[in-house]
Order: sequence, then structure tokens, then C-alpha cells
Amino acid sequence: MSDMAVHGMAGEFEPSLFGTYSKKIGMWLFLLSDTLTFGALLFAYSYGRISNPDWPTPFHKESIINATIMTGCLLSSSLTMVLGVLAARRGDRSWTRNWILFTMFFGSAFIVLHGMEWTKLIAEGMTSSRNPWSSTVQQFGGTFFTLTGMHMLHVTIGVIYLGVVSLRKAFLPILLVIWGLVFFLTPTDSVFHVGVHVLLAGLVIAAVILFLKPKDYDAHDVEIAGLYWHFVDLVWMFIFPLVYLMSTRVQG
Amino acid sequence: MHTAAAHHDEGKGQYFWVWGALLLLTAVEVALAYKQVFEPVRMLEALMILSVIKSALIIGYFMHLKYEIAAMKWVMMVAVCACLCLMCVFFADAARILQLGVR
Repeated sequence: MSDMAVHGMAGEFEPSLFGTYSKKIGMWLFLLSDTLTFGALLFAYSYGRISNPDWPTPFHKESIINATIMTGCLLSSSLTMVLGVLAARRGDRSWTRNWILFTMFFGSAFIVLHGMEWTKLIAEGMTSSRNPWSSTVQQFGGTFFTLTGMHMLHVTIGVIYLGVVSLRKAFLPILLVIWGLVFFLTPTDSVFHVGVHVLLAGLVIAAVILFLKPKDYDAHDVEIAGLYWHFVDLVWMFIFPLVYLMSTRVQG
Repeated sequence: MHTAAAHHDEGKGQYFWVWGALLLLTAVEVALAYKQVFEPVRMLEALMILSVIKSALIIGYFMHLKYEIAAMKWVMMVAVCACLCLMCVFFADAARILQLGVR
């Protein structure tokens, strides 16, 4: 087939099956595969929850309030993200960036609150292989940290992704400063001290992408980033009731 | 390129309504769990129904799937829902362990 047949003749090809551009279909397919990853983790957690009558219930009032605020942060971040997508479609670059920055703020608040929750549980004696609330259900810590850790990793990647889309190369030094501050100002046994290395890995990957293929991200890119962000919010809508609300400790 | 999702009415109002509904449903979930309104299995069912409603709102409105063409909606949703439903097969074994113990 000649180049003209391939590139030169509009209408030569039948329209996309899904009526949209390929980048969006690619992101949807990725999200579907990620759904199965989280689905497997959630089903594994639920399996353990159902098959163990002595499943620990460590989440008292303070933890539930904290997790509810985290949920509010993610839901609010989805609202600001969709407003950012609308602004991008209007061609309003200033408000696109502002709404995405609001989204990043809510996402960062979620990560910090979740890190504090982890810190509290670890201080109470919970590790991936044991917990102080039930001697017969040792897998509680492993399933909890795997499930919530996987989600927190996705939120962190989402914040970096949005930073790249909204600020491009200007985001790289900001990321480096945040990593340096957290790494050097937190105790070495802190959750944040260890977890902040995800930012360093994200910095390297973002730098490679931004320098090898610099581009001005358009409304389509913002919409695709939004799809990823809403998915992260969506997954939490199942983790929150399954992990926290089903393990509420009303007394004590 | 114009897409199916770009043609719909893009009023901001509906997104604030969806956001409000999501917050309200979250408050209902927290109230149900904290007041221990149902016994555990019934509670799990109630919370999952509310979570599915919340996820439908997020997918339909925030992710704009409501405004995509039918082929996109069906291919994307049917495949993933079928796979997730297949995972329910493990619950039979969880119930067996609960009632019979590990043999």
C-alpha cells in the first residue's frame, strides 16, 4: 500500500469502533486491566474477612473520621479534576492548571492522611505478618498493607502524572525539593521517609519522558489524566467500606 | 478531533450534584457502619450496593462514559464486570472454611 493510501486520503479508513481517539481507548484498556488487579486484591481481602470470624476490628472512631476525611478529599479531587477537563476543553489554560493543582492538593492531602494512619497502626504493633488484635488472623496486616499500599502508590503516581501534565518541566525541581525535604526531615523509621522514594522514582521517569518527548499537553491529555485520577477515586470507594467500615470497633 | 463525549452539555452544575450525591452516600455508609445497623453479612451487602451506586456515578459522569457511544460502554463494562463476577467463585470456599473449618 502506498504512502498516499496510508496517509494522504481522509475518509479512506472506517471510523473508530468506539467513536473516540486512540489514547483514550488505550487508557480505558489500562484501567480495565488495573481493575482486575485491584479486584483480585479486594476479593483476596474479602475472602479472608469472610472465612475468619476473629478478623480484627482495629478502626475506632478516630480512624473512621480520618478515613472519611480521606474519602472526602478524593471525592473533592474528582470534582476539581472534572472541572479542569471542562476548562481544558474550553481552551482556558489558566483554569485548567489551577483546577489540576487543586486536584493535586487534595491527592497529596489523602497521601499524608493515609501515611499518618499507617504510622499509627505500625506504632500499635501491626506489621505485615502480625497484629496485636488477633493472634489467629495474622494475614490481616499483609492484606491491609498490600491493598492500601497499592492504592496509595496509584494516588502518588496520579499526583506526579497531573504535575507533569499541568506544569511540565517546571514540576521536576518541585518534586526534587519535596523529596529532599521529606527524606531529610523525617525520622529514618518513618513511613514517609521510606515511602518518599516513590517520588524519586517518579522524578526519574517523568524527567526521561519530559526530556525525550517534550510536548504541550492538550485537552485530550488532560482528559486522559482525568480518567486515571477518577479511577483511583473509584477504587477507594470499595476499599473504604471493605477495609475500614467492615472493621469498625464501636466499643473501646 | 471531536469525540462522542465532547458533544454533550457541559454544564458544571451536574458535576456539583454528583459530588454532593457521592458525599451523601459516603455519609450514609459511615452511619450504617458506625451504628452497626445490620449484622455483618447484611452490612457487607448494603455497603457494596452503595459502593456500586457511587462507582456508577463516577464512571458515568466524572469519567464521561455516559456520553460515549454504546459500543464503548458495552465492551468496556461487560468485560470487566464478567471477570469480576467470576472471582466470586472464591467466596464459596471462604464459606466452606467458615462452616467446616480447614480440612
